[in-house]
Amino acid sequence: MHETPLFSYALRLADNALILGHRMSEWIGHSPVLEEDLALGNMGLDLIGQARAFYAYAGEIEGKGRDEDKLAYLRDAKDWRNVLLVEQPNGDFAATMIRQLLFAAYAHPLYAALTKSKDASLAAIAAKAEKEMAYHVRHSGEWVIRLGDGTEESHERAQAALDELYAYSTELFESDDVERALIDAGIAADPAALRPEWERTVNHIFSEATLKTPPQSFAQTGGRTGRHSEHLGYILADMQFLQRTYPGAAW
Amino acid sequence: MYTQALNVKDEPAAAGDPVLEARFQAHVDAELKIEPNDWMPEGYRKTLTRQISQHAHSEIVGMLPEGNWITRAPTLRRKAALLAKVQDEGGHGLYLYSAAETLGTSREQMFEQLLSGKAKYSSIFNYPTLTWADIGAIGWLVDGAAIMNQIPLCRCSYGPYARAMIRICKEESFHQRQGYEIMMTLARGTPEQKAMAQDALNRWWWPSVMMFGPSDSDSQHSDQTMRWKIKRFSNDDLRQKFIDATVPQGHFIGLEFPDKDLKFNEETKHWDFGEIDWTEFKRVIAGDGPCNKQRMKQRRAAHDNGRWVREAALAYAEKRRNREAAAKIAAE
Repeated sequence: MHETPLFSYALRLADNALILGHRMSEWIGHSPVLEEDLALGNMGLDLIGQARAFYAYAGEIEGKGRDEDKLAYLRDAKDWRNVLLVEQPNGDFAATMIRQLLFAAYAHPLYAALTKSKDASLAAIAAKAEKEMAYHVRHSGEWVIRLGDGTEESHERAQAALDELYAYSTELFESDDVERALIDAGIAADPAALRPEWERTVNHIFSEATLKTPPQSFAQTGGRTGRHSEHLGYILADMQFLQRTYPGAAW
Repeated sequence: MYTQALNVKDEPAAAGDPVLEARFQAHVDAELKIEPNDWMPEGYRKTLTRQISQHAHSEIVGMLPEGNWITRAPTLRRKAALLAKVQDEGGHGLYLYSAAETLGTSREQMFEQLLSGKAKYSSIFNYPTLTWADIGAIGWLVDGAAIMNQIPLCRCSYGPYARAMIRICKEESFHQRQGYEIMMTLARGTPEQKAMAQDALNRWWWPSVMMFGPSDSDSQHSDQTMRWKIKRFSNDDLRQKFIDATVPQGHFIGLEFPDKDLKFNEETKHWDFGEIDWTEFKRVIAGDGPCNKQRMKQRRAAHDNGRWVREAALAYAEKRRNREAAAKIAAE
């Protein structure tokens, strides 16, 4: 399938947001405290909203009549472009908050950079998303600190979650030819350039939380080009079930 | 919805201070609000605490059947709307618990009562959500019935409850329209979708009609709650109002109600309806509905699995307070 780099890029942004939003939505009704049902719901809504905007734009770029739902509901796993981090299971509350922090601390400077994109549509979506992700960094960061510096049990859980998920952050800062051309054209943000700020943010929080930043280890990557973990298939099976069972129906 | 608690009869309250009680009743009769610090009869406090907390519990348990379908919602628009709706319910729970707390019972105590089975929640949530159409049916019928019950509660004599209800009603009426719109889309969709909508109506209709509680002739509640202006209309009046409003909506989108006796009465200008199966109602309330055990199991699991998180938050807050206090002493 031949795609323009801009279409692929918009799709990557959309898929990251939707899959993480989907994961957040799995918590609703099951979270540790009512206030968190609301907060996790809010973050899920932010992310799903961002995904919809990016999908709509991707569909427009592609020009083949695929709308947000065709893009979200009718692609198989190999055509999904999200990073592996966002499809990882929710695990316990510590794992969810660590995952959210690792992603939001990357997405926040990413969207900040994209507000200066030469592509006006990306810049407009990013302007709204940037504010939302600033809140996600704050909320997940506060929880990571509470859990890391809370009880012995919460500390152990937070450290275990960090140890398990940290390696997935490597993929956030990779770029390929698709992005390279867009970065040179001033359209996409250079992921490598976001890393110093990401490190400052997460390391500050980890130190407040008395958590140890894990050493760099081998990192699975490949989500952006459609090589996913086993988890994505289950998400899609759930998400796409109605559209797949009743092809062509309007909902 | 959720006024099930008012169908339970309290033991007669111990005789209170007649002067205070007369002053209280005059205040209520004058349609003035009772506020948390005002004197109130113990029975009033008890009835309201039970009523508001059961209402809150219903919102929280009600998140589960609908939450089922967030990950499977058929479009992104529906997914966002359902997520927002379930989140609204959590919000309703939160401010209802706050309203109940003004009467002197903590949220933790109320939670314990729910989890131990001592406190009830609306029985409607013990029915399963089997298809996407159930999300439409819940919005249209369950929220529709809730609104009938809740609009009068906006004028409830207890200020914090009445004010919470004003906001809740606005959101519920939005949910009701959203649910009806889902049903309309299905009813006008493919034959499979229409069958899905009809099946949902078949399963949710009678439980929704039962949400108003026992018939007035069998209702255990005294007219005390009416005198206190907590409840303003009888169960049967509200039920009739709901049926009158809902039946034409269903017919408009081409759905049939599962009641062969449903007929418009030209004389009374109301819809006559068939016999309600109160045996089922009592059975579900008593704990033998299709999902009573699952719902409580899920609520308990969320509570138990979250305990270490709540403990961590408390421990961290305590550490922080101690550090701040130590820093203050060091600075002096």
